[in-house]
Amino acid sequence: MKKFLSALMVFCLVLVAGNGFANDWKKIRVGVEGAYPPFSYVSPDGKLGGFDIEMAEAIVAAAGAEVELVVSDWDGIIPGLLAKKFDCIVASMSITEERKKSVAFTGKYYQTPAKFVVKKGAIKEFSKEAIKGKSVGVQRATIHDQYLTDNYGKDVDVKRYATQDEVYLDIAAGRIDLFLADSIAAKEGFLMKPEGKDFQFIGPDLNDPKWFGEGAGIACRKEDKALIDKLNAGIQKIRANGTYKKIQDKYFDFDVYGK
Amino acid sequence: MNFSIIADNIGIYFLGLKNTLILVSVSLSIGLVFAVPLAVLRTSKNILISGPINAYTYFFRGTPLLVQMFLIYYGMGQFETIKASFLWPFFREAYFCALFAFTLNTCAYTIEIIRGAIENTPHGEVEAAKAAGMSLYLRFTRIILPSAFRRALPTYGNEIIFMLHGSSLASVITIIDITGAARIINSRYYTPYEAFITAGAFYLTITFILVWLLKKLEYRWLAHLRRE
Repeated sequence: MKKFLSALMVFCLVLVAGNGFANDWKKIRVGVEGAYPPFSYVSPDGKLGGFDIEMAEAIVAAAGAEVELVVSDWDGIIPGLLAKKFDCIVASMSITEERKKSVAFTGKYYQTPAKFVVKKGAIKEFSKEAIKGKSVGVQRATIHDQYLTDNYGKDVDVKRYATQDEVYLDIAAGRIDLFLADSIAAKEGFLMKPEGKDFQFIGPDLNDPKWFGEGAGIACRKEDKALIDKLNAGIQKIRANGTYKKIQDKYFDFDVYGK
Repeated sequence: MNFSIIADNIGIYFLGLKNTLILVSVSLSIGLVFAVPLAVLRTSKNILISGPINAYTYFFRGTPLLVQMFLIYYGMGQFETIKASFLWPFFREAYFCALFAFTLNTCAYTIEIIRGAIENTPHGEVEAAKAAGMSLYLRFTRIILPSAFRRALPTYGNEIIFMLHGSSLASVITIIDITGAARIINSRYYTPYEAFITAGAFYLTITFILVWLLKKLEYRWLAHLRRE
């Protein structure tokens, strides 16, 4: 019995080790969100689509691997990565110091500023005093949440939502006065839709690296260095061969890669 | 394992504790106040009286609390007539929506608990009360309801604890209750284990106190069932 057990243990060890060392990343499972238009959404027929989704597919393909998309809630997406539910995250995740404590990032694959959105005419000129006491919606666990909590947490009533879509619903319903979000997501996902027609951007472009990082990158587990190299090469490749521009032009009329 | 994060942010858990306690106690109290007369009416043989109450309890016991909360919170915001009416200042507030949903839900369950206890009143007691010439009102207030409350107490104790646990759903609609506090800590520090085990400890403590109180109450109310 003892012999059998030790043999079993050795077998298990071989399995585990084999898994760990021999992973040549022929197949990469990508964690995505699916509730962040136009970057990531689920279409009425149940299919995933959006800039992040197409980027994930293109980058992984350029890295010479097969892609498998795994949908995850936003506030469980980093724990999901660490629990090996998927191998990397392509979900407009900004590269920040705070997140680098838990995960490693590739270089950025796009960068856009954050902005406040408010009902037209509700606030004349943006300032800390002007929004004092107002309720401001934000998606939980985002850089926008962090920025808002650190800079305005004492002055405004911060309302945190699980998805960006719920923020749009509640500002349209009049439950919150403003929201803070990525400017492109807010423009394409809300302001250009019929329910967003009475709303506008207010205040400056927010891109302080302390909160907003260096753009959106692909998050991986720290130990998977080979995967990070592979994905970085993938980003370079689609930037160089025109695939990036082709996907970008489907969604935006300007260069979202930033400087 | 890093519990210093929890120690540094314990304030938000106490804010959550306050909100949970308010939500649960207010919805349970209002629910109980409405449940008693409705349970009495529910036992009526007149279908015009018992029918609507039956439909109400059937709906609220037949659908998940989360669905009810979404219907009230997001659903109401969809109708322009409600948004234009005097009701909107209430439905605009997440707190009110959660209270409203919890109250309707617990009221439905409590009606059924009390109704069951009323219908289990021994026939002899009711007949004796009739023979003594008591009116319907006297029969209910002196004989049927007091004994029904006694019989309902253990089941109602469960309802209190279910409501406490159900209240964690409030965190879905932006309210910072105990679960909401855990979600904020989890999302900020990516420490789901520490964040949620702390929330669990809070719920356990409340449940422990509740069970102890209910035991004391049962000891008094159900004294006639005690084995000496």
